[in-house]
Amino acid sequence: MIHQQVRFDAQTEIDFVIIGAGAAGGIIARELSTAGFRIVVIEQGPYMTEKDFEHDELKYMRQRAITNDYKREPNTFRATEKEKAKVQPAVIYGRQVGGGTVHFTANFWRFHEVDFNERSRWGSIAGSGFDDWPISYAELEPYYTKTEWELGVSGLAGASPFDSPRSKPYPLPPLPIKSSGVLAERGAKKLGWHAFPAPMAIISQPYRGRSACLHCGFCEYFGCEAKAKSSTLATVIREAEQTGRCEIRADSCVRKIEVNKAGLVTGVTYFDKSGREHFQRARAVVLCANGAETPRLLFLSKSSLFPQGLANSTGKVGKYLMFNGHARASGLFEHPLNEFKSVAVSRVIHDFYDSDPKRGFYGGGGIDMRFVSYPMNFALGGLPPDSPRWGPKYKALLREHFTRTLHATGHTTSLPVESNNISLDPNVKDAWGLPVMRVTYKDHAEDMKTMGFFQARCKELIEAAGPRKVWTREVRNQTFGFHLLGTCRMGNDPRTSVVDKYHRAHDVSNLFICDGSSFVTSGRGQPTCTIQALAFRASDHIIRMAKNGDIKSAI
Amino acid sequence: MDDQDISRRQFMIKSCASVGSAWILSHLPEIAAAQQHARHVVQSPADDKFEFFTAEQAAETEAIAAQIIPTDDTPGAREARVIYFIDRALATFASSDRPVFVDGLKDLEKQTRKRFGKTKTFSALSSEQQTELLTGIEKSPFFELVRTMTILGMFSNPEYGGNHNQIGWKLLGFEDHFHFKSPFGFYDAE
Repeated sequence: MIHQQVRFDAQTEIDFVIIGAGAAGGIIARELSTAGFRIVVIEQGPYMTEKDFEHDELKYMRQRAITNDYKREPNTFRATEKEKAKVQPAVIYGRQVGGGTVHFTANFWRFHEVDFNERSRWGSIAGSGFDDWPISYAELEPYYTKTEWELGVSGLAGASPFDSPRSKPYPLPPLPIKSSGVLAERGAKKLGWHAFPAPMAIISQPYRGRSACLHCGFCEYFGCEAKAKSSTLATVIREAEQTGRCEIRADSCVRKIEVNKAGLVTGVTYFDKSGREHFQRARAVVLCANGAETPRLLFLSKSSLFPQGLANSTGKVGKYLMFNGHARASGLFEHPLNEFKSVAVSRVIHDFYDSDPKRGFYGGGGIDMRFVSYPMNFALGGLPPDSPRWGPKYKALLREHFTRTLHATGHTTSLPVESNNISLDPNVKDAWGLPVMRVTYKDHAEDMKTMGFFQARCKELIEAAGPRKVWTREVRNQTFGFHLLGTCRMGNDPRTSVVDKYHRAHDVSNLFICDGSSFVTSGRGQPTCTIQALAFRASDHIIRMAKNGDIKSAI
Repeated sequence: MDDQDISRRQFMIKSCASVGSAWILSHLPEIAAAQQHARHVVQSPADDKFEFFTAEQAAETEAIAAQIIPTDDTPGAREARVIYFIDRALATFASSDRPVFVDGLKDLEKQTRKRFGKTKTFSALSSEQQTELLTGIEKSPFFELVRTMTILGMFSNPEYGGNHNQIGWKLLGFEDHFHFKSPFGFYDAE
């Protein structure tokens, strides 16, 4: 192994325990350890590296090699709080060192200015907790820039007329255009829209000791063998370890954040790989377990001082879950696109990013053109819905469609709805004997209209690109989320939010929460860049507070 | 390093030389190491031996798979040796699916005898007769399972026992390489 690994003994005083080595946790680990603090990162998944990753669709997609395993940690689902929840996969997240940044598609849009103050600009929306963020785009902008440069992002500044101001260009030029990108440009031009090079957290040229993308095509659902995907595993986590002050403790599942009588966090109790229980003391805890596991752990950490769950005096923990909406129209083209090669997306369209009162409903989003199907899953369900499912015609269609299919895909807003949430299931337990998460989710009526609107735009785009055949997928209420947002929202008012604008829990002064759960609104579908910018910003404030003696500790 | 690893490395060197990428050549040891790690839960044992199926069960299952992805002007499930994938799967990671499989085969046998006479097996029927029978059960959990397993066996990595000579991938036009160069498709080459 190239990187050194510190192992702290039980006597060493640890400054911060970080729960979760993912998109946010990896960054905070690097920032805090670089600033001189001693860090233990506790990660429930294994420590895999590039050498462990494979082009193996069966293992990665069907057997969940690097994501949550529904057999050991199932979840339950219901659409509304009146129903009894059933065991049914409803969320997916990265479950190894690097978290979701290892297997994500690496679309890396910044949010726009409007995402942070849309409540003020649009007004309230019935049946939702629509609100402004306590921070502005301008406050986050330096951290977006830092994220792009520290991790390595490819893109073209100024190419989208809709982007909010930026202080620096992207560190790397865009990845090469694919047939999907050419067709997106062709369709957009006909319609008067603007297709621009996709910002991707995949490096188009060698960067900071890592090699450029080889265009193997195994991005979404897979770990990158070439270290070209700018996951926290390939970047900041190694740098954190190199400080000699950061231990990554993998295969360790936190079951409770402990508090003392004064209501301060004292450390965490976790299971190691063999199921043995340990306690890790720390001066403060940073919770970065993702928008579903974070609220679950706060519920599991209830105590006599915090009977509704840790940091949950307002009852807002777990509430306002947002998945982002999706819409899709598909086309079959005359010539091979070979979309199985290279990164998923090369052009993006933001002409409908903003809400428009003329549409008669709230909502906006972005559109891209992509295929993202691997052989097995394509053969299982990738053909148009009217296709035969077996026999000679089925075989002929597989042959014709695999290299020629394209989807125009819309990524849209989800309103924060209080009754969409994460809670503990009262009946079902996981492999460690802990209550599993119960997901309650039904898209807001405005979100459904937005998805319908985007499906129509996607269809226009595909049609304008000149296909032989077009088909769409019915817009339905979502029952599955891979963006897990909003469940410990940030805000200035401790009565309506869980953390303050510096990610400190309103209720517990030495507990910080930073991941997708901090989001106040959903953005338009690509949350990782913003999660990571928040993590860099939170780190600066945590370091400032710690150095000023503003974090009271139980030690 | 076993034979398979050596052949993989030689393959890498060959494919790298053909694309002439300086980077990939300088990083060969790392990539080869990554490939060596391509160890699978299910390793294919010696050819033509079944771990789970009896010879009869294998023949019947293969006949169904060959209706799902038939052999015509190009090879199908039979030539891709999908039956070996299904056998390994039922012996290992898909062992919980055995009851549906075994009961489904028995049921198919019953239906075959009822329709076409006591001595008949499904695999001995004409293709038209097989299609007719399968059409009758295409909504059943058993058929769905055989369909899924046939597809997995046709299109998963050859190391799992099926997709022999990458027959499945060739059918689709898919290539599994570590390196492609732009242009990738027709429209970006225009």
